[in-house]
Formats: sequence, structure tokens, C-alpha cells
Amino acid sequence: MADALLKIEGIHKRFGGLHALNDVGLTINRGEIYGLIGPNGAGKTTLFNVLTGLYQPDEGKFTFNGQDLFRQKPHVVVKAGIARTFQNIRLFGEMTALENVMVGRHVRTKAGALGAILRDRATMAEEKAIRDRARELLNYVGIGNVANERARNLSYGHQRRLEIARALATDPTLLALDEPAAGMNPRETEDLQALMEKVRSSGVTLLLIEHDVKLMMTLCDRIAVLDYGKKIAEGVPQEVKSNPRVIEAYLGAAHA
Amino acid sequence: MPQNQSKRMLAFALSGIVLAVLPFIVGSTLGNSWVRTLDFALLYIMLALGLNIVVGFAGLLDLGYIAFYAVGAYTFALLNSPHLSIFMPWWFILPLGAILAAFFGIMLGTPVLRLRGDYLAIVTLGFGEIIRIFMNNLNAPVNITNGPQGINMIKPIEVAGFSLGKPVELFGTTYNSVYIYYYLFLLLAVLTVIICHRLQHSRIGRAWVALREDDVAANAMGLNIRNIKLLAFAMGATFGGVAGGLFASFQGFVSPESFGLMESIMVLAMVVLGGMGNISGVILGAVLLTVTPELLRDIIGPLQMKAFGRMIVDPENARMLMFGLALIVVMLVRPEGLWPSKRRKAEFHDALDDGIPAADSQAADGLKG
Repeated sequence: MADALLKIEGIHKRFGGLHALNDVGLTINRGEIYGLIGPNGAGKTTLFNVLTGLYQPDEGKFTFNGQDLFRQKPHVVVKAGIARTFQNIRLFGEMTALENVMVGRHVRTKAGALGAILRDRATMAEEKAIRDRARELLNYVGIGNVANERARNLSYGHQRRLEIARALATDPTLLALDEPAAGMNPRETEDLQALMEKVRSSGVTLLLIEHDVKLMMTLCDRIAVLDYGKKIAEGVPQEVKSNPRVIEAYLGAAHA
Repeated sequence: MPQNQSKRMLAFALSGIVLAVLPFIVGSTLGNSWVRTLDFALLYIMLALGLNIVVGFAGLLDLGYIAFYAVGAYTFALLNSPHLSIFMPWWFILPLGAILAAFFGIMLGTPVLRLRGDYLAIVTLGFGEIIRIFMNNLNAPVNITNGPQGINMIKPIEVAGFSLGKPVELFGTTYNSVYIYYYLFLLLAVLTVIICHRLQHSRIGRAWVALREDDVAANAMGLNIRNIKLLAFAMGATFGGVAGGLFASFQGFVSPESFGLMESIMVLAMVVLGGMGNISGVILGAVLLTVTPELLRDIIGPLQMKAFGRMIVDPENARMLMFGLALIVVMLVRPEGLWPSKRRKAEFHDALDDGIPAADSQAADGLKG
């Protein structure tokens, strides 16, 4: 039996009359790459937002690393060890790449206003540690050369990498990536895949949403499929691929 | 870079000397009233830098900032004047005013945590008015603030038995109290600049900018938005409170009239005109907006007398008209402010140059490719 890192059960989320998540449950094991797929509007991003604290689920259970995260605020979720990126990149555009990653260190550091004003030794040491770690992470994702560029001026691929570096700066146990390969060409996708493998081998568990089914099949250890707010399948890629309900959801009943 | 550093040291030393002798030059050429204007410029620098934390750094539009100035001023006035016959030492009530202002900052901040932009501006505007109206009406049934008449005979700051409110004699010349207050205000203004600079380049300063840039992303990166916003409100209010206490002791008189909406707008104008988020810019804005109206007062009246032999336009009206026009022109020509931060300047220029953010256009290319 694998070691469960994240577990949700019976999650419901409604937006007015829309039942966006209907009794969804899943378990992500420590060290795996877990994929979430489904047709447009299936509730992937909603689930993703629930898992990262941006949305508060209406009902259900949510435990992570032995901690109850049900209806917790995003900063509590981050502190517990879940970091995310956004489908439509949300960097701090006017800050430099380095500063963006430095913001990511916020949750693991503690200097306050008084320390900032007095500039005591502990604060300065912490500030240096933040900067060093941020540089290290930029190099880790391969964009150390643009550290002092403003984020909004970076190329699209670099922005994607910067978001990953910023998320990694929070020292996550689980890194959740919302469509990281969207808008990338095959070459860039390959590089990204290598980066994700590297992150995983450093001991971080990954959760992915992605439309690129081929990428998901090669990259993920296990995949869950959502349709109309319900989980219709879960398992290793081969199983999921041949599951008639999945084929029905993607291609229509005639093909099942 | 030692050469660069020695240049900076030289610049610091030079501006130090200029600032030290400035009141004597101004006083001997233009008179004591202009030294008084200098004092006010320094006071407004403190105020504007405080507001800059809220508006410039954290991006929270606050139209009621003057309320904190009022809290500081009234704290000082009530606890050091014959009105309530309470006379407490300034070194106690000045910090007390700052703490009270910070407390009011949190009081204002808590209910508006969910508001942004225009909505936030309206609520803060209301808050500023509430404080002013309280000051105006807290004279009955128990007279606390003495209502619209205000509180006078506030005792000036005393250092080691030496009152800053009395003229001093130095080398046979008598110097008005505005000279002594100048140095006190200068000291505190410099302190404010240092504190703001250090805050800006710290973990907290980065959190404020992140909040301003994208609050959802900031929250998702683990920033506790509530605490960071409240800290910005409290820090900004603290400076307002200190400036208010200084104002009360300097003027010797406070009344609700000094804390109207126009004052809030004026301080905000200093921040925006100078260059939001940039400390040097905000200082420039504060100095310009304090000095220009006074300058126009001195120029417009005599100029009309000279040109037409009589007053055609009321100088007071003409002064504000010209001042308003100047503000409009500046904002049209330099919307980012006279001396913007690099970050902000780029923000404005990129938006004007390409119309769409760089990332989006490249994303579109990526999708095509």
C-alpha cells in the first residue's frame, strides 16, 4: 500500500445552480506524478482551486500530510506544503524574476516590519538566505540568466518556468501545476517534461492538469478523469485509456 | 564600486549642508513666513511618505488618510493643553498618538479587507469624514474636543527644560521658533525616509508590491493578505499620527477644519504627482505642493497690481485656479508622476507602447506555433 500524501473524500462544490464538483474523492501518494484530465468544463480547475485553498468546498473531507485542510485559507494550505501555478500565468509582472521567487520564500521566512527597520543581524542573514535560495531556484529551472529582468518581459516559456520556481520557493511537498504545457511547442514541452521529472526525483509530489493527453500518459504514474463534476475513472494510464466511460466522455457514446 | 560610493557620500554631505543652512538663507531673504512654509513642507513629507506606504507600496487607495493625522493631532492637543488641564510630556504623547493612529488604521483596515479600488476609496473617504465629524461634535454632552472652536494653547515640545515654542537668541540675532521646529521636523523627516526605504527593500516591502501586483497570486504564494494589508494601514497611519502630533505642538491650535477631505486629497496628490511608490518622487511632490501655492500667493497679487494697476481676479481664486491647471498639465504630460520608480515608469510606458502586455502577445504566438 502506497503512502498517501493527500486525501479528499466526498467533496462538493456548487456555484449557484451549477454542481461543479459532485462527490469527488481521490488520493495522491507520496512521490508520484498524479494527473487530472477531463473534457472542458469537467471541473478540473475547480478541483484544483479547492485543493489549493482558493475555493472553499461546500462539503467533504480534505487531509494533507496528516493535517486537516478542509476550508482552510490559501496561505495555510501553502504553509502546509501545497504550492501551485496558474493556467493563465499570474506572475508579479513588474517585479524582477528574482523578486518573484523571493516572494515565494515569504511563507518560510519571518522577518517583520521591526526587523526591516532595524536591519538587525538576523534579518539581514535571512534576507541573504532568501536571495541566495531564489537565485538557486532560478538556476534550477534554467532561467538564472534572466534573474534581473522584469517578469512581464520574459518569454512565455520562461514565464512558465518562473512560476514553477516561485512555487518551489515555498518548499512544497506537493507541487500543483495547472496546464503547464499550454501554448508550448513540442520542443518546449519536452524540456518541461524533463524539468518535472527532475522536480519529482528531488522528492516533490506532483499534481498536473493538462490537455495534452499524450504527455499525461507518458508522464503520470496515475490519472483521474473528471466529467461533469464527477470522477469517472482513476488508475494507471493504460487502464484509464481503455476505460469505456473515459472514451465515452471524450468521444461520445458511439465510440465506447 | 568605491568611486560610486564616494560620489554618493559627497551628494549626501552636500545635501546635508544645504538642508542645514536652508532656513537661514530662506529666512534672511524671504522672511520667517517662508521658513514656516519649509516646516510645513517637512511635515507634509512625513504625511505623504506614510500615505505612500498604503497607496504606493501596497496599492490600496486611501482617501481618508488625514483622519490619522487628526488622531495624532488631537491626542497631542487633548493631553497637553489647558482644555482638559492635562499636561503630559511630549515624549509620551507623540508615540501614544502614533500608536492610537495605528490602532485606528487597523480599525479602518479590518472592515475594508475585501474591498478594492473604487470601493475601497469610497469607504476610506467616509472614514476620514467620520473622524472629522466626531471631532466637530464631541463637545456635547461632555465637552471632549471643544467642537468647531478647536483646542488652543497647546504646549510646544520641550527638550530638557527648553521650549521649542520660544524664540532663541544666537550670536545677537533672535530666531523665531520656526527655525527650531525646522530641525526637529527635518530630523523626523529623515528618519521617516530611512524607515520607508528599509521597509521597501525588505520581505514586508516585497509582500506589499506582490499584493499590489496580483492579490490572488500573492495569496496563493502563501502571503497572509489580511495581515499584510493591515500592516500597511497601520504603518501608514503611524506616520500620520506622528505628523499630527508635531502639527499640534507646532501650531499650538487644532480644529476639525484642518482635517477635511481637501487635505486628504492634497496628500494623495503629493504621492501621485511626485511618483507613487518612489520615495524621492513623493518627497518632491510634497515639497512642490506645499511651496507652489504659497509661491503663487506671493506672485499673483503683486503681478496684477503691476500689470493692470488693480486687482482683476481675486488672488486666492486665481492661485487655486493656476495650481489646479498645473496639476492637470503635469498629469497629462507625465501620468506616472514627476519622479516615478523604475517599476512604475515601465508600467505606464509598456502599457502605452504596445497596448497589450508582453506575456499575452507571446502566449498568442505560442498557441499559433
